[in-house]
Amino acid sequence: MATKAIFSEVKNNGIGYWGILGLLGLLVLGGLASALYMEHHGHYVTGMNNQIVWGMPHVFAIFLIVASSGAANVATVGTVFGKKVYQPLGRLSAFLAAALLIGGLLILLLDLGDMAHVIEMGYGYLNFKSIFAWNMILYSGFIAILAVYLWTMMARSKTPRSLYYPVGVLNMIWRFLLTMGTGSILGWLVARQYYDAAILAPLFIIASYVFGTALNILLVMATYKLTGRELGDAVLNRLRYSLAIFIALTMFFEFMRHLTNLYATEHHGIEAFILSGEFSGMFWFGEVFIGAVVPMFLIWCRFLKNNRTALATAAILAVLGGFFFVYVNLIGGQSYPLIMFPNAEVSSSYFDGAVNQYSSTFPEFMLGVGGFALSIAIVVFGMKILRLTPVSLADSVVDPHYKND
Amino acid sequence: MNNIDSYRRRFLSGIGVVAGATAAVSIAPGVFLRDVQAKPADQPISSKVRWGMLIDINKLEDGGDACIAACKKEHGWGEEEHSNDEQKAQWIRKVKVTEKLTGHSFSLPVMCQHCETPPCVDVCPTGASMKRADGIVQVNKHICIGCRYCMMACPYKARSFVHETLIDQLPDTPRGKGTVESCNMCVNRVDEGKNPACVDAAPHALLFGDLNDPESPISQALKKYGGSQIRADLGLNTGVRYWGI
Repeated sequence: MATKAIFSEVKNNGIGYWGILGLLGLLVLGGLASALYMEHHGHYVTGMNNQIVWGMPHVFAIFLIVASSGAANVATVGTVFGKKVYQPLGRLSAFLAAALLIGGLLILLLDLGDMAHVIEMGYGYLNFKSIFAWNMILYSGFIAILAVYLWTMMARSKTPRSLYYPVGVLNMIWRFLLTMGTGSILGWLVARQYYDAAILAPLFIIASYVFGTALNILLVMATYKLTGRELGDAVLNRLRYSLAIFIALTMFFEFMRHLTNLYATEHHGIEAFILSGEFSGMFWFGEVFIGAVVPMFLIWCRFLKNNRTALATAAILAVLGGFFFVYVNLIGGQSYPLIMFPNAEVSSSYFDGAVNQYSSTFPEFMLGVGGFALSIAIVVFGMKILRLTPVSLADSVVDPHYKND
Repeated sequence: MNNIDSYRRRFLSGIGVVAGATAAVSIAPGVFLRDVQAKPADQPISSKVRWGMLIDINKLEDGGDACIAACKKEHGWGEEEHSNDEQKAQWIRKVKVTEKLTGHSFSLPVMCQHCETPPCVDVCPTGASMKRADGIVQVNKHICIGCRYCMMACPYKARSFVHETLIDQLPDTPRGKGTVESCNMCVNRVDEGKNPACVDAAPHALLFGDLNDPESPISQALKKYGGSQIRADLGLNTGVRYWGI
């Protein structure tokens, strides 16, 4: 472990700490109750149907899983690329990644139509041509790697510390595969107009950096504010500018994706639907304006330099934009009818040719919220029992040569 | 089934045996409805056979309504009590198509197309979505976890998810809450040497048989007149072919 920062558990023991944990616990219970309710009645109590087969729980789950991969990037930059400024945040970053993944996976699991049959998979019912099956291996492997990675960062003995770099590299490669796999869940669907595109894999990888960095920023700022520890600009500004660059790169991939689609006549329908139809508000206002333009302005506007409120706002908006990104991709892509007969009007009792409507019911929304709350609760609790956070992230500790000009 | 029905069935199948050949009904000069033999129950399903279906929509005056009714009766879907119209199962439905430029309009029944390389089978994490050796694509309800990835992957919107608890399912059609289902080409009937229910509901327009047997009526008909696939661009080599689309 290269960093010399001193780590400690979070010492807060007052009503603030337990209040936050209690609130999160209530949300988790709400999510569990929703899952039980859905499981008991069946999915007719949700807004999901045979047209929109994946709904709000999947929006939350995909966001959390993608964010998880990105959240560990802060640790990667410290380990693999040797950026010392990032190293004090490595433990928290890896722990956050594991927590987000657990929350996301639990949502997916609890939404399944028949959870009991998951046990069958343990008996070898795995189809290795399915990216879903691969993802189950990638996701569980990621948690194992993160656990070892944390051990190499936190152990005092020599052996684990010597593994810090190789495990960091493995973690980085694994993350690439994992987010590629998540993007490919949609990217490898030949049937649907908005999917079936190789660019979804890199798009999801770069989007994961946005979600993960934004969540790291918010977590660090909130933690250091609430614990009264010092947080300097050196580390925050690194995260700040990398967030803006990741947002810009995501927009670039999104731009290329739509430009490519717009060139092909067969995709004009879906492009019109997303860019100027029913989902245009969510795409332009939610994903592009709220999620990209405003955060980039808040970060790169020179009058807002070192302004923490602006940074926190930018990070919150990037997270919100992330949800819009997933929603437009997932729900927008399913809302657009399958094209079985090009250049024809199509109708049926099974809603062929119709734009499919979806509105989430409370239980399915609550399941998603509960999963997110669980992720945060794991982090809040983890900070209390593990030495995840440096005692100080002041500029003098993080980077003695940092000049704030 | 009442006694008269079962008596009639035995009587009719007896005629078939006496005739010394498989049941053959003329659909067009030189084109016969089917020549399917029952598979002995103790023998595994063979990949020597590939079941397929040919639908002549010009002869389906009702656009497939009778087929849909027969399928419902055979498998018992569509009566889900709590599910709304968007959630109710539909194994087969009538799709109306009107070409925008010409105004040419037609209706056709659409269900699982029983692809040779089914996307639903590729994506299924557990292997529940499977293709039998004889080409019939269906869901193994025992290992379906209800993730609905197959529904995302199917280009024909052929699958339904069961959104509620079901009771009194038909004995030949296992169905259950939280699993995905679709047309299974009436495996229960096919394995007994019978036609799928939809074929029997419109025998003048639907032809069922073995695509691998060059001498089978369906193969002969397809060889002579061709047969269109929906979304042929995907190269899935569907087992269901159409005339008139």
